[in-house]
Amino acid sequence: MTSAITVSALRKTYGPLTAVDGVGFEVRSGEIFGMVGPNGAGKTTTIECLEGMRSPDSGDVRILGLDPRRDGYELRERIGVQLQQSSLPDDIKVWEALDLFASYYRTPAPWRPLLDELGIADKRDARFAKLSGGQKQRLFIALALVNDPELVFLDELTTGLDPHARRAMWNLVRAIRDRGKTVFLTTHYMEEAEQLCDRVLIIDRGNIVALDTPEKLVANLQAETRIIFTVEPGYDPAPLRAVAGVTGVDMTGGKVTVAGRGDRLVILVVNALDAQGARFRDLRTEQPSLDDVFMAMTKDEIGADGGAR
Amino acid sequence: MKALIKLIWVEFKLYMRQPQAAFFALVFPLLLLLMFGSIYGNKPTPFFGGHGMVDVSTPAYIAIIMGSTGFMSISIIVSTYRERGILRRFRATPLRPLAVIGSQVAVNFVVTLAGAIILVVGALLIYHMRFSGSVWAVLLGFTLSTLSFFAVGFVVASVSRTSRTAQIFAMVLYFPNIFLSGATVPKEIFPPAMRTISKALPMTHVVNLLQGLWLGNPWSKHLVEVGALAGLLVVGAFVSAKTFRWE
Repeated sequence: MTSAITVSALRKTYGPLTAVDGVGFEVRSGEIFGMVGPNGAGKTTTIECLEGMRSPDSGDVRILGLDPRRDGYELRERIGVQLQQSSLPDDIKVWEALDLFASYYRTPAPWRPLLDELGIADKRDARFAKLSGGQKQRLFIALALVNDPELVFLDELTTGLDPHARRAMWNLVRAIRDRGKTVFLTTHYMEEAEQLCDRVLIIDRGNIVALDTPEKLVANLQAETRIIFTVEPGYDPAPLRAVAGVTGVDMTGGKVTVAGRGDRLVILVVNALDAQGARFRDLRTEQPSLDDVFMAMTKDEIGADGGAR
Repeated sequence: MKALIKLIWVEFKLYMRQPQAAFFALVFPLLLLLMFGSIYGNKPTPFFGGHGMVDVSTPAYIAIIMGSTGFMSISIIVSTYRERGILRRFRATPLRPLAVIGSQVAVNFVVTLAGAIILVVGALLIYHMRFSGSVWAVLLGFTLSTLSFFAVGFVVASVSRTSRTAQIFAMVLYFPNIFLSGATVPKEIFPPAMRTISKALPMTHVVNLLQGLWLGNPWSKHLVEVGALAGLLVVGAFVSAKTFRWE
């Protein structure tokens, strides 16, 4: 499998602040690659260095075999970019923006089908200033696809969208990949990274702290599964502590939480309950998610307001 | 090329969608002409060197149009585009900076020319304006003057950090220029000190050049104006090219 992006020892500082501290990674052709990290971790700086919007201090970046600094114009013919902060003139109509941006490229894609695909066909003649946040976002995605790019950069794709629009956007990103494109995205929604990305890179304070498939990241965390159920008054949870794999049992009111590890944990716990003759209901399990991985790997950054760069 | 043409067309439509800019360039000069024309008429008078008020004011009002497109529209549009991240979005495409500059020059040139034509047609129809120059000479002088004002507009856009600053710069340029250059108030009534100030204003040179060419003066009588405006154009174009920023 070929690489769409190779980055090595990428470094960018702003005065005393090191935004990106020598990161290196590879993005394979045809995958959805996600970069997640707390605010100020270096996500936007990294993506902008890849897009050629920003010059790194040092390091080597190859995008589709091109150097974004030297071959910027050629590269921009072949990539699509959705920026976190950008805008269009207030009075430009949706169709005019697409038609205009299509003219910037040697080989544009027909833009009319994009309107339908993104669900903004009815906004064709609406002016940019009159669009809602979600509609503007969809227009920017359409603009990022208007040259039928081989590689698409999506920076904070679904920030500010409602859950419906977010899910629609995910399907759209999958559709882009299914057409053989490579997608590089940043997000701060772990659920989004888990649902959407083939591989996820976690960046913190300018350094890569993890890079793998969401499943492996979660598995490697070796986080505990939690089993939660409700019992009748008078139940004694002590025997559960003896079950193989269980690391902790807690009972508050009628609600029991059992934490533990292992593939057979749930079966063993349920068997133990049955052997006790306990009557339990509302049993559910909580699996560790990418959220837990993120929280474990990027400690102490919560609430730090480093901004986007 | 395809991108430049499309961008010019879109920018032209956008320009026409903001009534205030179109008003100052296309309607305001004609209103000025009607206002002063209704007071003074267009009878030849020794005060205007044997010409009528409209004969000398029409070329002067053309300079006002250049002030509104060059000083105001260009600087405000370009600085707004930068401030709001519109240029940033353009930069993420293969579009060249020269296309952005070229589209603004083209649109504002057409608007300036349209404003001038509306004004001249009005002056001819209503006041039977007299014209004794060469149309080609006037067009050449018009083009030089317009482009030099545009260069100033791009410099203002480059040096202004925000569109608000650009607006203030634009006002500071526009109003003294239209009042002290002889474009609205005849220089003939200025006291000597004000005439000296007037000589330092770019619009004064435009007014002098266009009025002279209107009356059929040879270029040799206007070397100072041509030199000043050509200098402004070259310096302005150089400075704005050097200081152009996408964000």
